[in-house]
Amino acid sequence: MHALLRLGDDALVLAQRLGEWCGHAPALEEDIALTNIALDLIGQTQSYLTLAGSLDPDAPKTDDELAFLRSESEFKNLLLVEQSNGHFGDTIARQFLFDQYALLRAEHLAQQTFDLDAAAIAAKAVKEIRYHAAHSSKWIIRLGDGTSESHSRIQKSIDDLWAFTGEMFAADDVDIAGSIAGLLPDLSALKTQWDVEIDRVLVEATLIRPKDGAMKTGGRTGVHTEELGTMLAEMQILPRTHPGASW
Amino acid sequence: MIDRSPSSLVKAVSRQLQDVMDPELTFLSVTDMGILRDVKFENGHIVCVITPTYSGCPATEVISEDVLKAAREIDPDAEVEVVLSPAWTTDWISLEAREKMTANGIAPPEGSSHDKAFLTGDGHTIPCPICKSKETKLISPFGSTPCKASFTCNACLEPFEHFKCF
Ligand SMILES: [Zn+2]
Repeated sequence: MHALLRLGDDALVLAQRLGEWCGHAPALEEDIALTNIALDLIGQTQSYLTLAGSLDPDAPKTDDELAFLRSESEFKNLLLVEQSNGHFGDTIARQFLFDQYALLRAEHLAQQTFDLDAAAIAAKAVKEIRYHAAHSSKWIIRLGDGTSESHSRIQKSIDDLWAFTGEMFAADDVDIAGSIAGLLPDLSALKTQWDVEIDRVLVEATLIRPKDGAMKTGGRTGVHTEELGTMLAEMQILPRTHPGASW
Repeated sequence: MIDRSPSSLVKAVSRQLQDVMDPELTFLSVTDMGILRDVKFENGHIVCVITPTYSGCPATEVISEDVLKAAREIDPDAEVEVVLSPAWTTDWISLEAREKMTANGIAPPEGSSHDKAFLTGDGHTIPCPICKSKETKLISPFGSTPCKASFTCNACLEPFEHFKCF
């Protein structure tokens, strides 16, 4: 359940963030792009949370209940994805760092045979994430290898978010148990692959890979930055104020 | 007297579902799109198996309702089952459906979804569905629905949408 919640929560929280760009992106095409990516992530969320909610037959929960009726500390997403949108470059940097990780993770999930339901979800997701990763990588290159202004701003975005990348590969009990079972990838091997992809794009973008300093963690155990609480308050207000509301 | 044997029910429902259209591409049926995967008889009733195109495609819900409604006109106990695996691919879109897309101003998916370059649109020419010119340009890899990308034609200057190879 925890492993699936993490997958669902990463997708849900990032989707909600991207949805905030609706009507605000710098160009119509990017408005559509960011919200389309959000839509794919919402779909992945529905699948992962539905599966997670079905695992305890004594207390089954729907995807909506998990999304809208859990408190902040019950969310197990990465701190990276809850960070506020900032400017367009910040959003692209966050997307780029996450997409490359999510793609590798989904590729593993799609191929494992420990949980075939999760494999089916991931097999769909992997094609979507590959598309997202291509888009965010192209933007990193365009902004990095663009004007001096875009270069320095996207470099700062990467620098600012770098402290949140360590959490993706900081294996805890859930990751280790999941990896032994075969469900989850070995995070140290994943890190090696992630490094290669990140470096490849950063070099082409003429950007400098930040040094690994002190990494911020906590999201996986429900200890979040203050960003998440504000976001959830907005995301959950309707179902919490009007329980069972439908249209 | 309607023949209620399983095989004739399956046949009748399958025929009925030919007329269920994709809500976002109303000139294409869910059969043409490869969204309807199977019609079978199980536990005394018809089961229509559908698969979503994209994980979050909002049309899936509408399609599920439309398929159910159509199937229940034949078998009141019919059910719809949504399966994710194997994942939907544009390879399942029929040739006839691709021709209908072009006729309706949408450039159909080109090539096979197994080719990653097609997926991301790198280095491939998408001919303009209106004037057939190959002088076209990708404006955005995203479009009005999850399945489409936005292009413009340098010859006739018309913008058009391309159904992504997926
Ligand atoms: Zn043209």
